[in-house]
Amino acid sequence: MKTKTRRQNPPRRREDAKKDKTEIISKTSGPFNVMKIRKDFPVLKLKVHGKPLVYLDNAATTQKPLAVIETLDNYYRKQNANIHRGVHFLSEQATQVYEGVRTKVQKFINAADSKEIIFTQGTTEGINLVAQTWGRANLKPGDEVLITGMEHHSNIVPWQMVCDEKGAKLKVIPITDEGDLDLKNISDLLNPKTKMLALTQVSNALGTINPVAELIRLAHEKGAKVLVDGAQAVLHMTVDVQALDCDFYAFSGHKLYGPTGIGVLYGKYALLDAMPPYQGGGDMIASVTFEKTLYKKPPHKFEAGTPAIAEVIGLGTALDYVSHIGLSVIAAHEETLLAYGTKVLKQVPGLTLIGTSAHKAGVLSFTLGEIHPHDLGTILDQGGVAIRAGHHCAQPVMDRYGISATARASLALYNTTQDLDALVIGLHKALELFG
Amino acid sequence: MSDLRDLYQEVILDHQRHPHNFGDLESPNRHADGFNPLCGDRISLNLKVDAQGKIEDIKFKGSGCAISKASASMMTDALKGKSTQEAETMFHLFHHLVTGQDDATIEGLGKLKVFAGVRDYPARVKCASLAWHTLDAALHEKKEPISTDDGMGSGE
Repeated sequence: MKTKTRRQNPPRRREDAKKDKTEIISKTSGPFNVMKIRKDFPVLKLKVHGKPLVYLDNAATTQKPLAVIETLDNYYRKQNANIHRGVHFLSEQATQVYEGVRTKVQKFINAADSKEIIFTQGTTEGINLVAQTWGRANLKPGDEVLITGMEHHSNIVPWQMVCDEKGAKLKVIPITDEGDLDLKNISDLLNPKTKMLALTQVSNALGTINPVAELIRLAHEKGAKVLVDGAQAVLHMTVDVQALDCDFYAFSGHKLYGPTGIGVLYGKYALLDAMPPYQGGGDMIASVTFEKTLYKKPPHKFEAGTPAIAEVIGLGTALDYVSHIGLSVIAAHEETLLAYGTKVLKQVPGLTLIGTSAHKAGVLSFTLGEIHPHDLGTILDQGGVAIRAGHHCAQPVMDRYGISATARASLALYNTTQDLDALVIGLHKALELFG
Repeated sequence: MSDLRDLYQEVILDHQRHPHNFGDLESPNRHADGFNPLCGDRISLNLKVDAQGKIEDIKFKGSGCAISKASASMMTDALKGKSTQEAETMFHLFHHLVTGQDDATIEGLGKLKVFAGVRDYPARVKCASLAWHTLDAALHEKKEPISTDDGMGSGE
């Protein structure tokens, strides 16, 4: 049924979508003006320890534009009601807006149908949902699940758990010194026993952009399904799940200028339809008796209980905000920043960049001589510069490079070269302090 | 920058550069491992306690941030020759010092008072306390390694 739909309604061409966005920009906001964009983000006016905030922890979470903040406020002031079951005006309105966001997400990632969009708490829940429903139903003893050495714990642990339970084997694609996937032995690692390949599109610890489209093609040749962790990708590049042909795609709202507590799991309809439900309860059922309960079809089958309605609507606003500017425009700005950041960091004596792939997005992880990243973090914080120090929920990556932690600066659309200059000044202060 | 100097005082920086009592201990009779998952600080602590309960010798190994290393180093200096009883008292005093629970200056800690600055850096309290919690585990002969995630408590 799905294939017929695709042939009759081919996916909207990316070029057409891009053209629309370019027109909007040239008619309203002009070329990308980062100082103007920054005015949209109230947090960026803050002072921290008496210094202007320089927010470089975007891979952890992004700041929110006023439009998103106001959406949440407005929802609770004027629109709040429970969805799907009410017959009164507020409830019908809330339902319409909520389901409208589902369609927005569908268009944002170019899914074939809005029924393929499931709202979750975030990427972690999305991956757990697949591991526990698709995984439990499909993995048998001796089957293999393939992940990579650069995964976030959220794309490792759920697979470990289900593999343990089902007697399946977890295998790992190693990474090179530069932080790329080492695909030398991919034809062994991706074999007829492989049932699932789960991999990140952009590494949160290294910034590496993986060749997901190619790996999806290879995986499908071997009969494996593919789940893509898009948490660090969706804010840096246009994602087209039909072009990728991935089976599942998960991302988080709060990493895309949206609220916390909301995320999206995309799945091909036929797969979602075959999967058993995840959480049981209200709203995912068609009918309940003590003798038998019938479930709804996807996506509602996977949305038990009252969802984070305000957050879904806030996510919709975030998507509008990003689409209005245009992801290709954002990507170009961030590419300039990344190149600048890489250049100026390399000039800091004793600094080692961790993750030096030729294809990177948004992340600058590094160590600085013998100074522990945690100490760097504290010193930078005193100067108002917010970075992250630690293992970034990617302990295997740290092990790979023989370190316990890195300092990580990560970029978003409102960052500037001055932000990166402030980072470098802070690093020099650290060098001075530690002699 | 003067604020940072309250935390990263010269003596702390010295101790992290050249930590005291760093290395292996022959035939220890008390041992514990500690771990701070937040930033990857690790400590392995060994003590030799005599029949009267006096800490004859104490050594540590491990890796981690400046605060955790300096804290371990200065702790081992402070504890040599003390009784296990005195060590326990100092553990509680140190905890109060770094979590800023008492306004009055903490007596009985000697050079360790230099860690008072940590109370203004709540994210670093666990770094400073790791060695002491590991000591507590060693003295009570707890079998499992301790982790700063196991409700070590930062006084909040």
